[in-house]
Amino acid sequence: MEKFITLRSTAIPLNIENVDTDQIIPARFLKATDKKGFGDNVFRDWRYKKDGSVNTSFVLNNSDYKGSILVAGNNFGCGSSREHAAWAIVGYGFKVVVSSFFADIFKGNALNNGLLPVQVSEPFLSDILNEIESNPETVIQVNLEEQKISIERKNISEKFEIDPYKKTCMINGYDDIDYLVNNKELIEAFEAQKIF
Amino acid sequence: MGKTLFDKVWDAHVVSNIENGPQILYIDKHLIHEVTSPQAFNELKERGIPIYRPSQTVATADHNTPTLNQDKPVKDELSRKQLQQLSENCKANNITLYELGHKYNGIVHVMAPELGITQPGMTMVCGDSHTSTHGAFGAIAFGIGTSQVAQVFASQCLLLTKPKSLRVSVNGKLKPGVLPKDVVLYIISKLGTNSGTGYFCEYAGNVFEEMSMEGRMTVCNMSIEMGARGGMIAPDEITFEYVKGREFAPKDDDLTKKLEYWKTLPTDKDAKFDKEYFFDAEDIEPMVTYGTNPGMGIKINGNIPVENNLSFKKSLKYMNFEAGESLIDKPINYVFIGSCTNSRIEDFRVAANYVKGKRKADNVTAWLVPGSKQVEAQIIKEGLKDIFDAAGFELRQPGCSACLAMNDDKIPQGEYCVSTSNRNFEGRQGQGSRTILASPLVAAATAVEGRIIDITKHLN
Repeated sequence: MEKFITLRSTAIPLNIENVDTDQIIPARFLKATDKKGFGDNVFRDWRYKKDGSVNTSFVLNNSDYKGSILVAGNNFGCGSSREHAAWAIVGYGFKVVVSSFFADIFKGNALNNGLLPVQVSEPFLSDILNEIESNPETVIQVNLEEQKISIERKNISEKFEIDPYKKTCMINGYDDIDYLVNNKELIEAFEAQKIF
Repeated sequence: MGKTLFDKVWDAHVVSNIENGPQILYIDKHLIHEVTSPQAFNELKERGIPIYRPSQTVATADHNTPTLNQDKPVKDELSRKQLQQLSENCKANNITLYELGHKYNGIVHVMAPELGITQPGMTMVCGDSHTSTHGAFGAIAFGIGTSQVAQVFASQCLLLTKPKSLRVSVNGKLKPGVLPKDVVLYIISKLGTNSGTGYFCEYAGNVFEEMSMEGRMTVCNMSIEMGARGGMIAPDEITFEYVKGREFAPKDDDLTKKLEYWKTLPTDKDAKFDKEYFFDAEDIEPMVTYGTNPGMGIKINGNIPVENNLSFKKSLKYMNFEAGESLIDKPINYVFIGSCTNSRIEDFRVAANYVKGKRKADNVTAWLVPGSKQVEAQIIKEGLKDIFDAAGFELRQPGCSACLAMNDDKIPQGEYCVSTSNRNFEGRQGQGSRTILASPLVAAATAVEGRIIDITKHLN
């Protein structure tokens, strides 16, 4: 897993609530047996019309907006457990997703793939969305060590929460498998005394 | 202070605590399927880590399987490859697989309970968000991502922070025509799609106590649609009777011991929940959804609310509905009875009972997709297939089918489908498709009439 410490980037506003994993990556693209290529189909049915032509009104197709931060509405990533959603977002080039609320499974999947979910307050989310929408050049700074997200030119920032263990994993690029495999003795001991 | 059902099962599975971090939670049963497992198998292979406890994993093929001609090679090349990969991975790692055509094949959340794999007090995971279904037995069961599938492969454990507890109580007498699906759609419509995020939910009250295991599974299945990682119902005599005698259920002395333990699991009287909600059964009516998330539900004879926010308007525009209107008499061309929510024998009994002696409307394509080979066999054995055949419904072979439309079972662009599945997201049942979630009874009635009717006026 790639390490994450700080990021300074412009951002893309996706001002929609309840963005579900079927929108992030529709089920028909889940037939692959590796993790590659999902970025090509991220938000497929919003980016392209049914006839395959580009939907110019969708924000990812608006060349004014660039960057590796996606800023989305409340309850981002609800729906299925498909980690393909996180692979698709990472594959497209995002490193951070900002929202006022994340669905549980998506949040875990993101963290397991070096994608940082930054949960902010509703007012701060509105501020960021307004700033980016009025000026696509707006730079957002994310500092994982300080757990702080800032809108650079406005000089406003907010602290965000992250599980301390997950924070360590992100900063060092560790994943859970190493930790678990290194604790085999504990697991075996548990199995030996487990009654049911 | 007393403990909740969830506390008891969770605490019995904690291997150790990481200081200032998550806990190591032991997983009793790991269910896998073709879509979310290949990358996990690859990960372990690349890192040279063996599968730690292959005998605690059971595999089935369900998401990507055709529901016609299952005896022939799968036509779609990518689907075929994914299914082959599952077979190869299971073979190489000594994992039991119920592949296409096997007498135990079926949707993972239908197959495991009916085989007695699912038992009270267990921890169970699967790379599928509807794993919450198994909570109906008083198990802790939840969906995981593929990285976590790899973790369970490697260690039979997960690193987790204990979720908060939530209880939803429904007491009173349900009205005629109100099914478990209506109860859960009602709860989600009241609480919203993220009310349960960060929580594990227990369903309590006489409504759930009186429900069959099939009904309880329908309710727990949709816990994730209100954001809860899982839902649970206290195990009782109904649970024990269901489990007893099944293929992998405990037997003899083992059963006696386990029953004794299972009886200790229900929530203690003095246990406290972080959040509680109470509903009256009498307030619940047959439900339908009108929007693009499962929380956008109304009673079938109600009206779509009027709301002035962007996401709401976007949703109605997608569905081609107007705020304030009723769905009664909306013409419907597609009906789907199936999915891990409603594809058990009881669901088909309800539908057959309504359909008997009637015929589907000419405009309707009605697909019935059983949850498993065993359910399919039971439908035939009980004579339900004859009823459906006579009514013009099409009984297909088991699988996830049009719930997520990964296979060929897709609802065409712009068409409405009254569906017994669990998600009405944009394009969920095929690009541009419009899903209306409902119970098997409402779905059957819609197929017969070719439009949505007020089922409450059509019951004896």
